[in-house]
Amino acid sequence: MKKLINDPEQVVKEELEGVVLAHPDLVKVHFDPNFVYRADAPVKGKVGIVSGGGSGHEPMHGGFVGYGMLDAACPGAVFTSPTPDQMLEATKAVDGGAGVLHIVKNYTGDIMNFEMAADLARGEGIDVESVVIDDDVAVQDSLYTAGRRGVGSTVLSEKLCGAAAEEKRSLKEVADVCRKVKNWGRSMGMALTSCTVPHAGKPTFDLPEDEMEIGIGIHGEPGRQRMKIKTADEITEMLIEPVIKDLPYKAGDEVLLFVNGMGGTPLIELYIVYRKAHEIATKHGLKVVRHLIGPYITSLEMAGCSITMLKMDEDLTKLWDAPVKTAGMRWGM
Amino acid sequence: MSIHRDGLLKWIEACAKVLSENREYLTQLDAAIGDADHGANMDRGFRAVMSKMPEFSDKDIGTALKTVGMTLISTVGGAGGPLYGTFFLQAGMKSAGKMELNLEDWEEALEAAVAGVVMRGKAQLGDKTMVDALTPAVEALKESLNGNVPIGKALQASADAAKQGMVDTIPLVARKGRASYLGERSAGHQDPGATSSYLILQAAADTWAEA
Repeated sequence: MKKLINDPEQVVKEELEGVVLAHPDLVKVHFDPNFVYRADAPVKGKVGIVSGGGSGHEPMHGGFVGYGMLDAACPGAVFTSPTPDQMLEATKAVDGGAGVLHIVKNYTGDIMNFEMAADLARGEGIDVESVVIDDDVAVQDSLYTAGRRGVGSTVLSEKLCGAAAEEKRSLKEVADVCRKVKNWGRSMGMALTSCTVPHAGKPTFDLPEDEMEIGIGIHGEPGRQRMKIKTADEITEMLIEPVIKDLPYKAGDEVLLFVNGMGGTPLIELYIVYRKAHEIATKHGLKVVRHLIGPYITSLEMAGCSITMLKMDEDLTKLWDAPVKTAGMRWGM
Repeated sequence: MSIHRDGLLKWIEACAKVLSENREYLTQLDAAIGDADHGANMDRGFRAVMSKMPEFSDKDIGTALKTVGMTLISTVGGAGGPLYGTFFLQAGMKSAGKMELNLEDWEEALEAAVAGVVMRGKAQLGDKTMVDALTPAVEALKESLNGNVPIGKALQASADAAKQGMVDTIPLVARKGRASYLGERSAGHQDPGATSSYLILQAAADTWAEA
């Protein structure tokens, strides 16, 4: 597998060194423990928003640090949850006296490490609230699984909560926005190829040329179903129908439609998927009021896409439109 | 018959060695039902432990084990970090102030360690996790204690039980962790966490065979 890297062990460190040089107007980077934080942190009187997760999903989360989105992002090793000391130091660095929200994706490692960090932060007198995002409909939530994975809704929650925090809403109010996104967002993904973790040197799983995986996550783990590849329209239908049925989104609902690239799929294809997704949503009587198209929550070079739908109301729409200035998302300023 | 502090340090070193040697193997196991990072994570964690060893090599067993736990928590990441970190932290707390462990002390430390893992990860026997190797290992130690088995044989019996538990994860459907997303497809694959747990316990049996 060809990669643009040097020593596989140094991938995250070197990436962060590139970030330092590229975006000094937006962020600073703290090494050992590693975290990316707003250049103007802490912002007094504003709720701080901290997220994090394994590296390999860029621009999530480090690319979303800045005005109107995250105050800090903690990058773990590739596809590996970050450690409590990262989140603790990041929380302290962005504490503006109004409390800190942890946005946590539902993975066993993320949950445990963030829990330990929140305990430690509270022990140091910082008010911390945590919300877990678990929007992936591919895995049935049951007593017999680790629950639903946190995927595309995470990106949306970071933007929406970031905007709420900029309005100087309280910690509880910002956490409520996060819980609304958690409850109203649903996602499903698929892969045309696997991905290769730098230190592994070969793809995490073998996917024959004429097959695809439906229901993959974002870490190269195999999904729930493997089958012969279909057309973009058929694939789009296989992703969006379960999403719509799961909430369920009802006729008349206003929605944000997010077609995400897994990293290895070109924009030209994502727009083909969006075309069909929009058509199906409309056929169900949904009103697509906002959209997001592109590689926002990736899985290294995996080819594939995911679809996220979020029910919108007036407040969420206003928060979505609010200015944001980060390396990975920028509008209004 | 006992394990002295220096013998404990030798075991830590043996863990680092066996995890490094099996890095590729653990990676492959974790690629099949996870995200292929377990080998790298454990290797990284124990390399960090080895570089910290000069700081705790003159301390009591409890302090040494706790330092191992804290180091793993801050370097391993993923689910393995909190779980193995808790394992060593709890074993360390149980062994506070001790400069040697007899078989009963070791059993108590291991039992506390496994209880910590269960508390933090909330896995039960049969969920296809490290608990499936660790729980039989503790049971075997208890049996050895009741049967007055010499320490060397007791440690090997414990490692054998862990090995059997590890192998017994193969047909299981995962109910915890990343493997659980695969549902039925996780069956037929050996759990990577159960494997690293067995390796650690076999390293103990090998290191302390002459205790």
